[in-house]
Amino acid sequence: MTLLMPPPDQASLDGREALVAALTRLLPAGAVISNRTALGAYECDGLTAYTEKPLAVVLPQTTAEVAAILALCSARGVKVVPRGAGTSLSGGALPLADGIVMAMARFNRILEVDLANRCIVAQPGVTNLALSQAVAADGLFYGPDPSSQIACTIGGNVAENSGGVHCLKYGLTTNNLLGAELVLMDGTVVRLGGKTLDGAGGYDLLGLITGSEGLLGVVTEVTVRVLPKPQAAGALLIGFADIAAAGACVAAVIRAGIVPGGMEMMDRAAIHAAEAYCAPGYPLDVAALLIVVLDGPDSEVPELMAAVSAIARAAGAVSLQETRDDRRRLAFWAGRKAAFSAVGRLSPDYLCMDGTIPRRRLAEILTTISALSATHDLRCVNVFHAGDGNLHPLILYDANVPGELDRAEAFGADILRACVAVGGVLSGEHGIGVEKRDLMDTMFDATDLAIQQRVKCAFDPAGRLNPGKVFPTLHRCAELGRLHVHGGKLRFPDLPRF
Amino acid sequence: MVPTTEAQLSDAVAAAAAGGHRCHVTGRATKTGYGRPVEADAILDLSGLSGIRDYQPDELVVRLGPGTPLAELEAALAEHGQCLAFEPPDLGPLYGEAAGQGSIGGAIACNLSGPRRPRFGAARDHLLGFAAVSGRGELFKAGGQVVKNVSGYDLPKLLAGSFGTLGCLAEVTLRVAGRPAGEATLVVGGCDEIRAVDLLNRLAGGPLEPTGLAYLPAVVAVHAPHPLTASAAVMRFEGPPGSVAARLLHLQAELAGEGALETLEGPASAELWAALRDVASLLPGGARQIWRVVLPPAAGGRVAAALDAALPGCQWLLDWGGGLLWLAIPPKPGAAAELVRAVAGRHGGRATLMRAALELRRTVPVFEPEEPALDALSLRVKRAFDPQGVLNPGRLRAEW
Ligand SMILES: Cc1cc2nc3c(=O)[nH]c(=O)nc-3n(C[C@H](O)[C@H](O)[C@H](O)COP(=O)(O)OP(=O)(O)OC[C@H]3O[C@@H](n4cnc5c(N)ncnc54)[C@H](O)[C@@H]3O)c2cc1C
Repeated sequence: MTLLMPPPDQASLDGREALVAALTRLLPAGAVISNRTALGAYECDGLTAYTEKPLAVVLPQTTAEVAAILALCSARGVKVVPRGAGTSLSGGALPLADGIVMAMARFNRILEVDLANRCIVAQPGVTNLALSQAVAADGLFYGPDPSSQIACTIGGNVAENSGGVHCLKYGLTTNNLLGAELVLMDGTVVRLGGKTLDGAGGYDLLGLITGSEGLLGVVTEVTVRVLPKPQAAGALLIGFADIAAAGACVAAVIRAGIVPGGMEMMDRAAIHAAEAYCAPGYPLDVAALLIVVLDGPDSEVPELMAAVSAIARAAGAVSLQETRDDRRRLAFWAGRKAAFSAVGRLSPDYLCMDGTIPRRRLAEILTTISALSATHDLRCVNVFHAGDGNLHPLILYDANVPGELDRAEAFGADILRACVAVGGVLSGEHGIGVEKRDLMDTMFDATDLAIQQRVKCAFDPAGRLNPGKVFPTLHRCAELGRLHVHGGKLRFPDLPRF
Repeated sequence: MVPTTEAQLSDAVAAAAAGGHRCHVTGRATKTGYGRPVEADAILDLSGLSGIRDYQPDELVVRLGPGTPLAELEAALAEHGQCLAFEPPDLGPLYGEAAGQGSIGGAIACNLSGPRRPRFGAARDHLLGFAAVSGRGELFKAGGQVVKNVSGYDLPKLLAGSFGTLGCLAEVTLRVAGRPAGEATLVVGGCDEIRAVDLLNRLAGGPLEPTGLAYLPAVVAVHAPHPLTASAAVMRFEGPPGSVAARLLHLQAELAGEGALETLEGPASAELWAALRDVASLLPGGARQIWRVVLPPAAGGRVAAALDAALPGCQWLLDWGGGLLWLAIPPKPGAAAELVRAVAGRHGGRATLMRAALELRRTVPVFEPEEPALDALSLRVKRAFDPQGVLNPGRLRAEW
C-alpha cells in the first residue's frame, strides 16, 4: 500500500538549496546534512515499510539553535519532523519530502542528578537506559522501560508516552515526567512543570505534550522522577493449555487487587521462537505462557507470589515455576525481552501492532486474531503486556513477495478495528504516527478530531511541525475555527484527505 | 440550567454561546471558593449528570456521570474492596460546606489528590477518558476505557485540573484500585521540620513503599483526630497486614534514636490520613487565608521554616514527604502573596491561594502567574475549546 502523505509543497522543494545555505549559516559546522547519500540514514524510523528523504537533516545542540531553526523554517514555510533515535514503530519520525528532520542526537547530556528530590534533568537525546544507569548506584531507577531502552531517547519517549514491561506498577512516561522545556514551531520557548508534583493552576500542558508525537513542539529538556528500586522481586512462569485460561488468570490477578511489577504473555509461536533464540528454558508444550513479576518489600513479595500461584492453579495452569533468585528471574525475562529479535528470525519482516483492550476480552480478541491470521493467510505471533491489556501482535510477512506488505497492513488494520470494537484503542504505547492514522475515525468522530486539531492550532497554527501524522485529514486552522455543530453533528464538507 | 442528558448539556452551552452568556459551571458547588471568582450571568449545574453507568470490578475501571457524589462512588467501590488510589480530598469543609458533598467531576476539574499522590498520582493520572461539551456546545470525547492509550492527544490530562474552563464534563472513565487490606502509621515525635523532611525523604527514597509521609508541627498535631502531643513526622504503610506489621517493626528498629515512636493501627491511622487529606480540621478556620504550595520535596522543611519566621501567627503542615505545604495565615491582604510566592519560588515551588475572601481572590492572583509566553499559549488552548469565553470566565485568570 502506498502511504498517502500531504502533497509536497513545491516552493519548499525548489528552495532546498537556499534553505540548506541559510541553515548552514545559522548552525556550527557539521550540523547540517544535505548530502543525498548521508540523508539515507534518516529516511525511516522503526516502521521500515515507509521511507522518504527529507530536504536536509539538522543536528542542533542548544535550545537557542532549535529555536532559531524553527523560526527560520516558520518564516520560510518549511515543515519540520523532530527525531530522537528513530525507533518509533508508528512512523512518527518518518521524514517529509518537503521538510527537514531535526535530529536531537546531540542533546545527549544529563544536566543534573538531583538525588535529594529523586529526579533527573536531562536533554531529550539521552537514552532511556542512561537515565536508570545514572542513578543505579544510588538504588534508584527510571520507571518506564521500553524494550528499545538502550537506543530510544527520552525525548522520543515523551512524544510517544512510552511504556514498558514495568509500567503496570511504575507508570508510563506521563506519570513520571515532572517538567520539560518545549520550543514551539515559531521559535518560542516555554518551560512546563519543574521538580514538583502538579502545578498551581495552569493547564497541564506537560500532560498534553506527552504522547503528542512531536506535533506540538520540540522538547529540549526534561525532568523525570526516579524511583527506589524494589527491595525484593520474584517471578512466576506459568504455562496454560489454552489462551482462554491464561486470559482468565490475568483477569483474576487484577481482580484480586494485586499489581505485579510486570505481567507478560506469550503465545505458542512466541514461546518457541524465544526458546530457539536464547533458550530461556520455557515449556514448549503449552499454548500460552505468563511471566508474572512481583516486586516490593521483602515482607510482601512471598505473600503475593503465593497468592498469584494459587490464582494460577485455580485458573488451570499446566506448568508453574517460581523463583526468588535474581538470576533465574532474569532468565525468565530473557526470552520475553528477546522476543522481537527472536521473531525477526522467523520471517524477513514483521509488523508490530499495538492495540489495547479491556483485559477481560483477552481470550476473545486472541481468538479473533487467529481467525484473521487464516483469512489473511499470514502468520501472527503474540507477545504482549497482558497486565494492562496492551497487545503486540507481530504480523510476519516478506516485503519481497509482491502484495505481502499490503496483506500484512490489511490484517493489522483488522486487528485494530477488532480492538476498538471490544472497547479498546488503536495504540497503547507506540503512537498513531502514519501507521494507524487512517484508522483514527474508527475511534473518534469528526467533532472529536476537529477538537484535537484545534489544540494543534494553538501550538502550531500553520501546521508545519510533523504534519501528516496522527490525523487522517489536514484542515487549515481558520477552517477548523469556523466549523459549527448542529444536533451533535459537524457540518463538515466532505473534504478529501490531504 | 440543570441538564440531565448529554444532549441537554450540549444544547444549554450552545444556547449560552449563541446568546452571548457566560456560565458558571458547577458540579455540586462545594468548591466555588477555589479559584478566582467566576464572572458569569448563568449557572450550569452538572449535578443532574449523575450516576454510575458501568463498573467492571475485574477491569478496575468505572464509567460515570461527573455529577455523581464522590461519597456514592466510593461506597460503590468499597463494596467490591476497591477505592480511588488518588485519595481525593473532601475540600467542602475547607470552604465552610458540609462534609461528603463533593462530586467526582469536581475532583477531576480541580485535579485533586491526597497523601498518596507521590506514589499513585493525582486525578489526572486516573482519568482514562471522558465525554465533554466544548464552549461551542460540541459534544466530544477523548481518551478511552482502557488503562494504556496513546491514540490522539491526551486530552484527559488537559481537562483534569482545567477548572471547567475548557469543557463541561458529561461522562468520565476512571481507573480504580484494590483497597489495601491493612494500614498502619508510625509516628516519630519531637523532631523539627528540617530533620523530619530529611527523614521522610530518606523513606521515600527507600524500598519500604510508604503511602503517606507527612509532618505536623506541635500546634497542628494536637488537632489530629488522635491527638499527638509533640510535633510529628508520620509515615503510613498499606498492604497485606503481615507486610505492614513487618515494615513497621523494621522501621521502629531503624528509627529508635530519632524520637518518641508511636504506632497508629487500622482506624486510628485511617482517621489521621483522612484529616491530612482534607486539611480543614487541622488548620485554623475562620478568616485565615490558606495557601497550598507545591515544592521539590527536599525543600519542604526549609520553606516551612522560612515562612514560619516571616509570617507571625501562621500555621502549616507538610504532606507528600515535603512536596506539599499547607499554610494558614492571619488575614493580611496582598502582601503575603508576594512573600509566599517569593519564598516558594526560590526553592522551585509554586503557590495557590486556596482560601481567601472574595475580594482578595479578585485582586491577588489565586493561581501561580505564568511566564508571558506560557500564558499566551494557555490562552490559545483555552480559545481552541471555548473561543467566546463561555465557560467559567475569570476562574483561572482575570483576563479570561
Ligand atoms: C525493538 C523495539 C522495541 C520497542 N519496545 C517498546 C516498548 O516496549 N514500549 C514502548 O512504548 N515502545 C517501544 N518501542 C517503540 C519506540 O522505541 C518508542 O516509541 C520510543 O519512545 C521512540 O523513541 P525514539 O527516540 O526512537 O524516537 P523517534 O522514533 O525518533 O521519534 C518518535 C516520535 O517522537 C518525536 N520526537 C522525538 N524526539 C522528540 C523531541 N525531542 N521533541 C519532540 N518530538 C520528538 C518524533 O517526531 C516522532 O514522532 C520499541 C521499538 C523497537 C524498535
